[in-house]
Amino acid sequence: MLDYAWLMLLFPALGTLIISLFGTRLGKRAVSILAPAMVFLSFVVAVAAFVSLLGLPVDERSREVTLWRWMVVGNFSVDAALLLDQLSITMALAVTCVGFLIHVYSAGYMHDDERVPRYFAFLNLFILAMLTLVLANNYLLLFVGWEGVGLVSYLLIGFWFEKPAAADAGKKAFIVNRVGDFGLLLAIMFIWTGIGSLRFADVFALAPQVWPAGSAVVGAVTLLMLLASTGKSAQIPLYVWLPDAMEGPTPVSALIHAATMVTAGVYMIARSAVLFDLAPASGNWVAWVGVLTAFFAGTIALTQTDLKRILAYSTVSQLGFMFIAVGVGAYAAGIFHLVTHAFFKALLFLSAGSVMHALNGELDIRKMGNLRVKLPTTYWTFLVGAAALAGIPLFSGFFSKDAILFAAFEKQLPVWIIGVITAFITALYSFRMVFVTFWGQERDRRLFNHAHESPRVVTIPLIILAVGAVLTGYIGLPAISAIDGWLAPAFHPAGAAAETHSVALELILLVVSGLIALAGVFAAYQAYMVDPDLPKRVRASLGRVGRLVENKYYIDEIYDMFVVNPLRDLGGWLGGVFDRRGIDGAVNGLAGVTGWLGAQARRLQTGMVGLYALAMLFGAVALLAWLATR
Amino acid sequence: MVPLSWYLILAAALFCIGVFGALARRNAVGILMGIELMLNAVNINLVAFWRHIGPDQMTGQLFAIFVITVAAAEAAVGLALIIAIYRQRNTVNVEEIDMMKG
Amino acid sequence: MTLPTLNFLAILPLLILVAATLLVLLADLVVRNKRVLTFLGLLAVAASLAAVLLVRPAAPTFQGMTLADELGLFASVAILVATGLALLLALERTSDFTRRPGAYVALLLLATAGMIVMAKASDFITIFLGLEILSLSLYILVGFAQRDARSNEAALKYFLLGAFASGFFLYGMALIYAATGSTNLAEISKGIASHSASLPFAPLLPIGVGLLLVGYGFKLALVPFHMWTPDVYQGAPTSVTAFMSVATKTAAFASLIRVLAAVWSGDRPWLLALAGLAVVTMTLGNLAALRQTSLKRMLAYSSIAHAGYVLTGLAAGNDRGFEGALYYLIAYTFMNLGAFATIQAVQRRDQNDVTTEQITGLSTQRPGLALLMTVFMFALTGMPPLVGFFGKLYVFSGAVQGGMTWLAIVGVINSAIAAYYYLRVTVLMYMGGATAAAGDIPRTGWAVWTTLVITAVATLALGLWQQPWMESIREAVTLLALR
Repeated sequence: MLDYAWLMLLFPALGTLIISLFGTRLGKRAVSILAPAMVFLSFVVAVAAFVSLLGLPVDERSREVTLWRWMVVGNFSVDAALLLDQLSITMALAVTCVGFLIHVYSAGYMHDDERVPRYFAFLNLFILAMLTLVLANNYLLLFVGWEGVGLVSYLLIGFWFEKPAAADAGKKAFIVNRVGDFGLLLAIMFIWTGIGSLRFADVFALAPQVWPAGSAVVGAVTLLMLLASTGKSAQIPLYVWLPDAMEGPTPVSALIHAATMVTAGVYMIARSAVLFDLAPASGNWVAWVGVLTAFFAGTIALTQTDLKRILAYSTVSQLGFMFIAVGVGAYAAGIFHLVTHAFFKALLFLSAGSVMHALNGELDIRKMGNLRVKLPTTYWTFLVGAAALAGIPLFSGFFSKDAILFAAFEKQLPVWIIGVITAFITALYSFRMVFVTFWGQERDRRLFNHAHESPRVVTIPLIILAVGAVLTGYIGLPAISAIDGWLAPAFHPAGAAAETHSVALELILLVVSGLIALAGVFAAYQAYMVDPDLPKRVRASLGRVGRLVENKYYIDEIYDMFVVNPLRDLGGWLGGVFDRRGIDGAVNGLAGVTGWLGAQARRLQTGMVGLYALAMLFGAVALLAWLATR
Repeated sequence: MVPLSWYLILAAALFCIGVFGALARRNAVGILMGIELMLNAVNINLVAFWRHIGPDQMTGQLFAIFVITVAAAEAAVGLALIIAIYRQRNTVNVEEIDMMKG
Repeated sequence: MTLPTLNFLAILPLLILVAATLLVLLADLVVRNKRVLTFLGLLAVAASLAAVLLVRPAAPTFQGMTLADELGLFASVAILVATGLALLLALERTSDFTRRPGAYVALLLLATAGMIVMAKASDFITIFLGLEILSLSLYILVGFAQRDARSNEAALKYFLLGAFASGFFLYGMALIYAATGSTNLAEISKGIASHSASLPFAPLLPIGVGLLLVGYGFKLALVPFHMWTPDVYQGAPTSVTAFMSVATKTAAFASLIRVLAAVWSGDRPWLLALAGLAVVTMTLGNLAALRQTSLKRMLAYSSIAHAGYVLTGLAAGNDRGFEGALYYLIAYTFMNLGAFATIQAVQRRDQNDVTTEQITGLSTQRPGLALLMTVFMFALTGMPPLVGFFGKLYVFSGAVQGGMTWLAIVGVINSAIAAYYYLRVTVLMYMGGATAAAGDIPRTGWAVWTTLVITAVATLALGLWQQPWMESIREAVTLLALR
C-alpha cells in the first residue's frame, strides 16, 4: 500500500484540475460533492498507509516512494519522492481528516457564495500543497509545498476581495510570509552547499559528521529555519498577519490558519530534529520565541471582542506552545499538541462560523449572549472545543499541553513558569468566549431573535470534530504515551534511547495543570458572569462553583485588580502599541519605504538620451576604476 | 618611425572627443557623428596594434575593415531612423524626444 | 594561393536563416497573401533548429571563428525557439502596425542569425559581427510601427545608445587584442595562461575587459547601462519586445560567458565587480518596477532585474552559478515571452501597450488569458515548482557556494520585493471589478494561443522535469573549463 501513497496527492490534484477547468459548467452542487470526495479518498489512502506502516517492524517504518528523478546537477540530484514515516503519516492523517470535515462544512457554509467552484478549487489545491509539504522526502519538495500553501492561503484570505480589509490582509500575509520564506530558501542553500544533498535521510545522516555540534553553520541553518517558521507559524516577530487573515471565509480560517498550514513551521522544526539537536542554542531560541509568543498572544486574546480574532490570537498562542515543545526537544509532544490542536481549534472556528452564520455575520461577542438556547448543538461543540483549548482534564488539550509543560519543566524552568501562567490565561479567555457568547442574557434582541441553528451539513462535521477533540488526547496518555513511542523513531533515525521520565513527577504536574485550567475557568466565570442581572439558574447549574460565588465581591476585586485587569491592560498595550505601531508599523513602513525608493528610481528615468549616455559613461568609468586599481 | 604610444594617445583623444560629442550634442545627427569618431578611434588602435604586434597576421587590419563596414551600415540605419523621427515631429533635437520616461 | 576548406555544414543553421531572409524579401514582391511569408519564416526556423540539433561538428570551424559546442547549441536552441514563438505572435497582429510584414519577418530572421553568430562566436571579430547584425536588425524592428511616435522614439534612443555602447565594446576588444596579441578567445586564454605578465601591454587587459563589460552591460540591460530598456521595450511593437527581451539576453549572456571563461582569472575583484553590477541591477530594476502603470514598462524593469539574477550566477564564479545562469536563461525565455504574448493578446488593435487599468477584472472577460498570465507572473516571481524558482535557486546557491552569501541574501530580498508587483497583476486581474470594456480586447487567434500554451507548458514542465536540460547545461559548462 505504501507504494501507492502518491494517490494521496493525485486525488486533490485531480480535484483542483477538474474544478478549475469545468467548475462553472459542473455547477455548485456537483463541485460541493466532488471536492470533499477527493479529500475523503486521500484520507482513505492515508489510513491505509497508516495501517500498513503499523504492520511493519519499528525499524522499517520509514519508506521512500520515488515518483520521478526531478533534477540532476552533477553528483547532486533531487527526486520528486515521498517519505512515509511515523511523522509524515501522522501529519497526513490530521490534514486529510480535518481537511475532509472542513470541506463538508464548507459545502454548507459557502452555499450562497457565487464563486463556489473557485473556492473549492483553491481548497483542493491547498490539500495538495499541504500534503506535498508533509510528505516530501527532501527540503526542496518541502519548499514547493511550503510556497504552495502560502500562495493558497494568500488567495483565500483575499477571497472576498470586495472588502478592502480582505485584500489588505492578503497582501500583509503575503509580504510577511515572504520574509519567512527567504529564511528557508537560504537555509536550503546552506544545506545544499554544506552537505551536498537535500534528501532528509542524507542530510540527517551526514550533518553530524559535516557540522560539529554547536558549529556556526548549523546554527545559521537552524536559525534561518526558525525565521521561516515564525513567518509561517505566526510567531514573534512575524505573527502579525494571522489575526488579519481572519478576513477570509471561516472554514479557511479553520483549515489553513488554525489546523494545518500554520503548523508547518512546527512540522519543519520537528522534521529537522537532528539539525536542531546539533544546535542547542537555536533550540533555546525556538523555545523562548514560543513561550513569549504564547504569553503575549494569550494576553491579547483576552482583550479582543471579535470571536474570530480571539481564536486567531489563541492559535498564535497555542502555536507558541508547540514551539516550546520542539524547542526543548520534546518533538513528539509538539506534534501531539499539533494534532489535538488541529481538531479542537478547527472545531472552535467552525463553531464560531456556525454562530456567525446564525447571527448574519456578526462576530462581536458583546452583541451575543445566551446563544445556547438558540444554538444548542453549536453550543455543545464550542464548549467541548473550549474545554480542550483550556486544558480541562480529560479533554485532549489537557494531555498535550501537559506533555509540553512537563518537557519544559525538565529542560527550562523559566519557560515552564511562563508556560503555566499562559495556560491559566488560555483557560481564562477560552471560557470568556463561552460565557459571554453562550451564557448570560442576550444583548442584542434583534440578532438573538433571528438566530437559528445551522443545517446538518454544518453541524455533523462539528460533532465529529468534537468527538475527535476529546479522543485525540488519549493517544498520548502519560505512562501509555502511544504517540511518543510511535513518533520517536522519526526524530532520531539513529535510534537514540528514549528518555525515561519519572511518572510520579509527571502525575503531579498533570494535577497542577488540571488545577490551573480549572482556576482559569473559575476566573473567567468570576470576571464575566458574576453580574447582578445574572439569572439565578445559571449560578445554580454550576453547582460546585456556585458555592464559591458567596465570596463574589472579595474574589471579584482580587481577580479584577490582580489578574484580569493587569492582564487586560497588558494585552491592550501589546495589542495597541506593540502590534499596531511596532511590528505592524514596521511591515507597513517597510512597504512604504520600498515604494518611495521605487518612486525615486523612476525619477532617474527622464527620457533624455543624453542623460542615459551619461549614466553609461559613469558606469564605464566606475567599472574601469575598480578593475584597473584592483 | 612614429612610436606606438603616439597612435594610442591620438586614438584615446579621438575617442574622448567622440564621447564628448555624443554627450554634448543635442542634434541626433551630431550625436551620430560623435559615435563615428569613437569607432574611428578604435580603428586607429586596431591598425596600430596590428603593425606593432605582428604584421604577419591580418587580424587587426581585417577587424578594422569590419568596423568600417559596420559603421557605414550603422550610419545608414541611423540616418533613416532620424529622418523617420523628423518627418513625424519636425525635430531631431533629442531633448524634445522624451515621450517615454519614468 | 590556396583557399582554405570551409566547413559550411557547421554554419548550416545560419545559412538557412540568411537564405530564408532573402527568400522572404523576394517573395514579398510577388506574394499577395502576406501570411505565407510568416509561415516561410517559421519553416526556416524549424529547419534551422533541426540543423542545430542534427548537424553537430565537433571542432572549431572557420579557422576558429565560431564554435559549435554545447553552449552554442544550447543558446541557439533557446534563440530559435524564441524566434519561432515571436513569429507566431506576429502572425495575427503585424498588420496592426505595419503594411510590410515581409520585411518584418525578414528582419526577425536576420536578427536571429546575428544572435546565433554571437552565441557561437569564438573570435572578437565574429562576436562583433553577430552583435551588429542583431543590433541593426533590432533598431529597425523597434521602430517598425512607423505611425506610432513612441515606436520611432524608442528606435532612435536604442540606436543612439546602442552605437555609443558599441564604441566602448570595440575599444575594449582593441585593448584586449593589444594585451594578448590575438582576437581569438582560445588564443587569448592561452596567452593569458602562459605569458600573461611578459607581454608589454598586459596591464591593458583589465581595462579592455571593463570596456567589454560596458558593451555587454548595454545589451543585457545591466544598471547603469540599462536606461534605454524601459523606453525601448515600451515603444517597440509588443512581439518585437517579446523577442528581443529574451533572445538578445540569451545571445549576449552566452557570449559573455564565453569571454569570461577565456579571460577568466577567477580573481575576487573581478567577481566583485560582477557582483556589484548584479546587486545594483536587480535592486534598481525591481524598485523602479514597483509603481509602473504600463505593463510593458513594468516587464522592462523586471527584465532588468532578471538580468541581475542571471549575472549573480556569473559572479558566483563556479560551475553551479554558471549552470544556474544558463538554466535561468531558458526559463526566462519561456516565462517572459509568455508574459509579453499575453500582453499582446490583451492590447487593443490601435494600441501598443496595456495599462494596469486595462487588465483589471480581466478574469471575468477572458479567464483563459488571465490564468495564463497568472502562471507567467508566478513563474517570474519565483514560485516553485515553476521554472523561475529553480533559476533563482541555482544562481543564488551558486553564490552561496562561491562564498558570496550576502549576494544571495540581496537576491532573495529582491525577489521578495519583485513578488509585490508581479502579484499585483494577478490581484488586479482576479480581484478587481471589471473596468475594461470586453469589446476592446480583440479575439485571440490560434497562433497566439499556441504561443501561450507552449510557453505556459514549458514554464511548468521545465520545472518539474529537469534532468535532460540540466545534463546538457552541465556539459556546456564543463566544456568551458573554468578555473
